[in-house]
Amino acid sequence: MSEITPDLVRHLGVLARIQLSDAEVERLTGQLDVIVDNIAKVSQVATPDVPATSHPIAMSNVFRPDVVGDMLTPEQVLQNAPDAADGRFRVTAILGEEQ
Amino acid sequence: MAKDKLMDFDEALELFEPVLGFEVHVELNTETKMFSRAANPANSANHGAEPNTLVAPVDMGLPGSLPVVNETAVRYSISLGLALGCSIAPSSRFARKNYFYPDLGKNYQISQYDEPIAFDGQVDVELSDGTIVSVPIERAHMEEDAGKLTHMGGATGRIHGAEYSLVDYNRAGVPLVEIVTKPIFGAEHRAPEIAKAYVQTIRDIVIALGISEARMERGNLRCDANVSLRPRGQEKLGIRTETKNVNSMRSVERAVRYEIQRQAAILAAGGTITQETRHWHEDTGTTSPGRPKSDADDYRYFPEPDLLPVEPSPELVDELRAALPEPPAAHRRRLKAEWGFTDLEFQDVVNGGLLAEVEATIAAGAAPAAARKWWTGEITRIANAQGREPVELVTPTHVAELQGLVDEGTLTDKLARQVLEGVIAGEGSPQQVVDARGLAVVSDDTALLAAIDEALASQPDVLEKIRDGKVQAAGAIIGAVMKAMKGQADAARVRELILERAAQ
Amino acid sequence: MTDLTKLSAAALADKLASGEVSSVEATQAHLDRIAAVDGDVHAFLHVSDHALDVAADIDRRRAAGEQLGPVAGVPLAIKDVLVTTDMPSTSGSKILEGFMSPYDATVVARSRAAGLVPLGKTNMDEFAMGSSTEHSAYGPTRNPWDLERIPGGSGGGSAAAVAAFEAPLALGSDTGGSIRQPAHVTGTVGMKPTYGGVSRYGAIALASSLDQVGPVTRTVLDAGLLHDVIGGHDPHDATSLTDEWPSFAAAAREGATGDVLKGLKVGVIRELPDSGFQSGVSESFRAAIAAMEAQGAEIVEVSAPHFEYGVAAYYLILPAEASSNLAKFDSVRFGLRVDVPGGTVEDVMAATREAGFGDEVKRRVILGTYALSAGYYDAYYGSAQKVRTLIQRDFDEAFAQVDVIATPSAPTTAFKLGEKIDDPMQMYLNDVTTIPANLAGVPGISIPSGLAPEDGLPVGIQFLAPAREDARLYRVGAALEALLVESWGGPLLDRAPALRQAQGPTGQAQGPTGQAQGPTGQAQGPTGRAHGSTGQAQGPTGGAR
Repeated sequence: MSEITPDLVRHLGVLARIQLSDAEVERLTGQLDVIVDNIAKVSQVATPDVPATSHPIAMSNVFRPDVVGDMLTPEQVLQNAPDAADGRFRVTAILGEEQ
Repeated sequence: MAKDKLMDFDEALELFEPVLGFEVHVELNTETKMFSRAANPANSANHGAEPNTLVAPVDMGLPGSLPVVNETAVRYSISLGLALGCSIAPSSRFARKNYFYPDLGKNYQISQYDEPIAFDGQVDVELSDGTIVSVPIERAHMEEDAGKLTHMGGATGRIHGAEYSLVDYNRAGVPLVEIVTKPIFGAEHRAPEIAKAYVQTIRDIVIALGISEARMERGNLRCDANVSLRPRGQEKLGIRTETKNVNSMRSVERAVRYEIQRQAAILAAGGTITQETRHWHEDTGTTSPGRPKSDADDYRYFPEPDLLPVEPSPELVDELRAALPEPPAAHRRRLKAEWGFTDLEFQDVVNGGLLAEVEATIAAGAAPAAARKWWTGEITRIANAQGREPVELVTPTHVAELQGLVDEGTLTDKLARQVLEGVIAGEGSPQQVVDARGLAVVSDDTALLAAIDEALASQPDVLEKIRDGKVQAAGAIIGAVMKAMKGQADAARVRELILERAAQ
Repeated sequence: MTDLTKLSAAALADKLASGEVSSVEATQAHLDRIAAVDGDVHAFLHVSDHALDVAADIDRRRAAGEQLGPVAGVPLAIKDVLVTTDMPSTSGSKILEGFMSPYDATVVARSRAAGLVPLGKTNMDEFAMGSSTEHSAYGPTRNPWDLERIPGGSGGGSAAAVAAFEAPLALGSDTGGSIRQPAHVTGTVGMKPTYGGVSRYGAIALASSLDQVGPVTRTVLDAGLLHDVIGGHDPHDATSLTDEWPSFAAAAREGATGDVLKGLKVGVIRELPDSGFQSGVSESFRAAIAAMEAQGAEIVEVSAPHFEYGVAAYYLILPAEASSNLAKFDSVRFGLRVDVPGGTVEDVMAATREAGFGDEVKRRVILGTYALSAGYYDAYYGSAQKVRTLIQRDFDEAFAQVDVIATPSAPTTAFKLGEKIDDPMQMYLNDVTTIPANLAGVPGISIPSGLAPEDGLPVGIQFLAPAREDARLYRVGAALEALLVESWGGPLLDRAPALRQAQGPTGQAQGPTGQAQGPTGQAQGPTGRAHGSTGQAQGPTGGAR
């Protein structure tokens, strides 16, 4: 079942915030196609009666006490900032909506 | 942008049935954040911290960083779920909600998706006339807050037209509980009132539990209001809008009313409602459309692989349930009886959203009547004049202290009001203001007598009149003395001294 | 004096403890070796400019009578996926060029506390995605056995570093074989612990439910020594196990001298027919099995019917988790920023990630985004997690019959650089024997089993054990290693061709540009620029030398 089209790849590029060139879209469409076909194989054995495993070693209730620590200094926070002002990171105008 | 047409509210209600829904985000006041050990800015101890000073590696998505769950935040969330009448999930998981935005340190929010910690509850909301509205709760789940963006440049300081934005990650990672209602039917023309009362009830609950500072103006409690209308008689639900940026109780009520009126106008004219997120503007009392969401709602949720399932034991749930404070309605009934207020007096307090404050003031030592008088009287008056919430102006502890100074005779009511102004202006505690401004009632009789004698000297016939039985003549002297003492005298004592003089 | 670089870490540690050798001498010897050969091998992206200071400090403390740990003073190479406060951490990517982490990975902090001397950061496939280190944004690493061949991946740098005697110990990470497969192609030892056995805090995440950090060394005992330093619970990593672990060095010593193989039940997987493998690989594997049998091991055929779905499941789970883990590289807080005049921050993010990510990374991020997309979750990512369950069940059933499972570590010996790079599916099949352990969370070790006769290149044998039975792998691995090394008359690496040593007119070991090393022993990379300058790790931008 191949469903990968250049339009889909472009949409995925938007979702993933990677600006893909036309050449890249074309190449990726071909490569993802091959991979996805192969991968659909998985559904053959993944029947409804089989539970999914998200963690290889089952554990639960892993918590930490509510005690302060590990904080960075503001200098450390900003030490790799590509652009900063007023003790904060600076970015250009934002298009999308806050969520 | 053209102004929205609004239909008259009552007319709108004739034609349409409003259906409501609320998503309330509660910032917990734990010591640390949800998934990191950074100090929590939603805890009042850390309020006002400088930008980017409350940040641990995972809050800003540093490579290699990992989240670890705050045990206290989980307990608080379970307690809140129980207080909302919810069932607590025996096993729930965290999930990643993936989207890109500069205020997200990792460009995903750790939240809960199809396995919330609490679900299927109900909250009884009491309206001013005693009507109880039962609000069905869909779920309450745990998640983390995002950082703060400040938009600079551009005309309004909002996103549109901004030249750049500054990002502060202090708030990134603050523990949140998101409470989602099921659709609320039957609100009818009381919809705006119910909206406000619901949010107030949530606020009362979290304050009673002690799990949140619940200061709406600080963003500790945030409400998104969903409103849709359906024509009378129609089965199918209307399209709903979601209104954000509703930052006060008053705004909740006004925003719901506005959306009902706005949507009714559109529908009545044959239009359709755009499903969108809107912003409430307190200054203009209107809503406006937000920008479209960039990711078109494909959040690609999947279970958070860095965290393990949360599986509260039945013993823990029982322990937390046993520790719950009484539900708000029962709580209110008990307080009303204890305080001996009339229904109207009590309603004043509740409607003003001041129940917690009055309660705290009484706990700090003031008499119920005095506490009520201050909060619903002078403090509310000043709050309205300044366009702020009463709770922002002064603390219950200070109000109790102020009343204490009146009770012990250090201040008259009039002086106390001056002291209150000083406290509100940030000059310090009531005692500090009294000392700094020298406002204490003069209790030294010598000083009072001196003032009395001076006043008598210019009104010599008063003593005669008093001796003749016209006691009320003392009033003129009292007035003169109070003026001379700039109000810093106990009028009753002055009167006593005058009468003593007359008797000599 | 003995060539210090030829010593195992254990032997070197002994000499350090006895005072026969100082850490400064040992560190200098390795820095010299790096300067001499790394121009060709390119195992290192960054060489520390203060390693000798660290070494001197260890020597000082030892001289002052301080009780130091068993490996104090031994040099260590660190895969660039692990964040370090004193050296850049790039994860092999341009998007993190020059990134200086404000915190150390837990395994790095523990290594420092144990007195290990960090030599530098090693090369890797970008964000650990790959099996050949050809996907590094800084140029490939070359296999010391044959410089035209790959050293494996994603941790080719660490494996090459120990194989070339540039470091006695190295740290690696393994998501689908990134420690074990490089060990196989370089004739070294690589161990992936039980999932959660070693902290992931500070390991730049690829696939959170698959990643593990582990030792890369020349001997099983060395791996045990390093594992003892780095392993154990970390409160910073919620997925780390709280188990008390036994000493893995002790387990290795036990294995080398004891009777471990007698009666040991070794499982061989029916569904991994070695007809799919290079003949020399199968031959070496069978010979190793026979050697174990000769010592009393019982070889049992076991069935793992779902292993064949492992690669498919892995290439859904990994991209999905990776697409989310790599979202943080967005130009805002750290890393590359590509300016877009008049652009929105969304434009800047997209342009930055376009420029900063290599092709393989983009491929997997796009695939992962797809696998998680609305409408595809159940069919792709959700289904893949079910295959995980099935593979765990296969392991459970197999381990009910056997103590360890043995497989060749990879289907082929080291292939030539460029040979598979244009065929991702071919590349992905390199991981067919290693992937199941990551999916199930069980531990796995690769040790050298011999050379393939057709090309004279190293072959590794992989052992797998039940979850938490890491010590068993050290015992069994050490036992077989002892057998094989005796049969070879010495370690396999003795047979590796000698690397040419860059020498200048003064006879001093130099970098390939002919510039003499300064007295501080600062290594010079192929471009002549000093590695270890404060934060700007600049590697070659193009292909290999």
